[in-house]
Amino acid sequence: MQQQFPMRTRLRTIGDHIATFLAVFSTILVILPLVAIFVYLLLKGARSLNLAFFTQIPKPVGESGGGMANAVVGSVVLLVIASVLGVPIGIGGGVYLAEFGRGTKLSNAIRFTADVLNGVPSIVMGLAAYALIVVPEKHFSALSGGVALGIMMIPTICRTTEEMLLMVPHSVREAALGLGVPNWRSVLSITVRTASPGIITGCMLAFARVAGETAPLLFTALGNDFWSTNLNQPIAALPLQIYVYALSPYDDWHRLAWAASLVLIVLIVLAVSLVRYVTGRGVLKGAS
Amino acid sequence: MGVGIEVANLNAWYGTNHTLQDITLNIPANHATALIGPSGCGKSTFVRCLNRMHETNPVARVTGTVRMGDLDIYQGATPVEVRRRVGMVFQRPNPFPTMSVYDNVAAGLKLNGYSNRKSLDEVVEKSLKNSALWDEVKDDLKKKSGASLSGGQQQRLCIARALAVDPEVLLMDEPASALDPVSTSKIEDLIFQLKSQYTIVIVTHNMQQAARVAEKTGFFLNGRMVEFDSTHKIFTNPSDKRTEDYITGRFG
Repeated sequence: MQQQFPMRTRLRTIGDHIATFLAVFSTILVILPLVAIFVYLLLKGARSLNLAFFTQIPKPVGESGGGMANAVVGSVVLLVIASVLGVPIGIGGGVYLAEFGRGTKLSNAIRFTADVLNGVPSIVMGLAAYALIVVPEKHFSALSGGVALGIMMIPTICRTTEEMLLMVPHSVREAALGLGVPNWRSVLSITVRTASPGIITGCMLAFARVAGETAPLLFTALGNDFWSTNLNQPIAALPLQIYVYALSPYDDWHRLAWAASLVLIVLIVLAVSLVRYVTGRGVLKGAS
Repeated sequence: MGVGIEVANLNAWYGTNHTLQDITLNIPANHATALIGPSGCGKSTFVRCLNRMHETNPVARVTGTVRMGDLDIYQGATPVEVRRRVGMVFQRPNPFPTMSVYDNVAAGLKLNGYSNRKSLDEVVEKSLKNSALWDEVKDDLKKKSGASLSGGQQQRLCIARALAVDPEVLLMDEPASALDPVSTSKIEDLIFQLKSQYTIVIVTHNMQQAARVAEKTGFFLNGRMVEFDSTHKIFTNPSDKRTEDYITGRFG
């Protein structure tokens, strides 16, 4: 054949090269922005990073030095609240959509709501948390900020959980039911477990997305220049601190804002890697 | 020990599609019974009615009676109770992909709340020996994933998983159709050994397979059971013209 159609073979080889090149090129395009941002942050922020950044709270205007220890802790507190709220509700909703409520009116309503919620601007989420928690309590609080972020996590987690569960082959469900396992047990121990890598990815996506959110925190967590881990008091957060410092007229604060951006990205990467490492090792653990 | 199965006037529907019509037969205890027939004739639906897997499809409906020993599976029991007494092996090997070989076999017991470690070990070993897989996996029971075995090994793993819950009946829906000839013959040897302890119902497209492993054979066509008799009679001297046409390869 090759002898008969040398031209066609050559064209095919060239086509193969072009396709491979395009695929590699696209991959580079995807990775490039992340690498560019990271390198830029390293260049701009790394110089201002020192021990004080992680141990001190911000200095008053005019004094140099100081750090963002309170904002780092504050971000962690807010993200823990958000995850405690968003992950169980999101996964629970996704399990309902995929396993129990298939085709029901309620599940269609939930799916529609989740999709709309996903498109709601984050500042509106902040307003909702403001109206629901800040106004009745009459003060800004870490709790309200965490709730605003948590609500933002729910639709992403809910829909990815549903998608991932629907990808579990029907034969795996049948295998469990065929063993005389009750449906709820089969769903929890077999289907959810089989889909868990994808579900965890969904949770991580939602987590990384809200970790950088500023708008929902503006009138909920508010920000705080002092140490506070009290859930009923305003709390500092890295995105808020970056927002305030970047808009300030002081060079010193600008440098700290760069450093804070770098820390925020590194924290997200660390959190995502840690979860992947811990859950990845559990793949072959016992059935119950 | 296995129990006999008495099926009377069994009808099944998928939506408006009447897939099984007035099936009546007695499946003997501790024997292998083969069901043959062309694709879409209802034999898979029939075995799925025997462990109430049929009704996991929301549009499915069943009427008639199925008795296993003293149990009327559609009157006196829940689907979960029925399936604990009736093991099932599917057409494609379907081990739980996230579990080790050990956990796959122990899954039925563990998921039903059984957790005595020592006797679990014994059950796993016994089930894997019964399914002729023990020697191939014993060194790596808890580390090796069930999904990393070959297709034939996976199917024997699925048989071990079904045996571990100690069923009385074993349903096999074309258990060898996705396997190569060597794996197929291993599965057939297994059916031969297992039928002294369990009542086996095997759906097969392969008529030689039915002839090799089963004492009784039923021929299904278009949702009806045309003939049910000893395997020898079905393959040498069938009473019905359609059976003869099918086994001699004139259609199907």
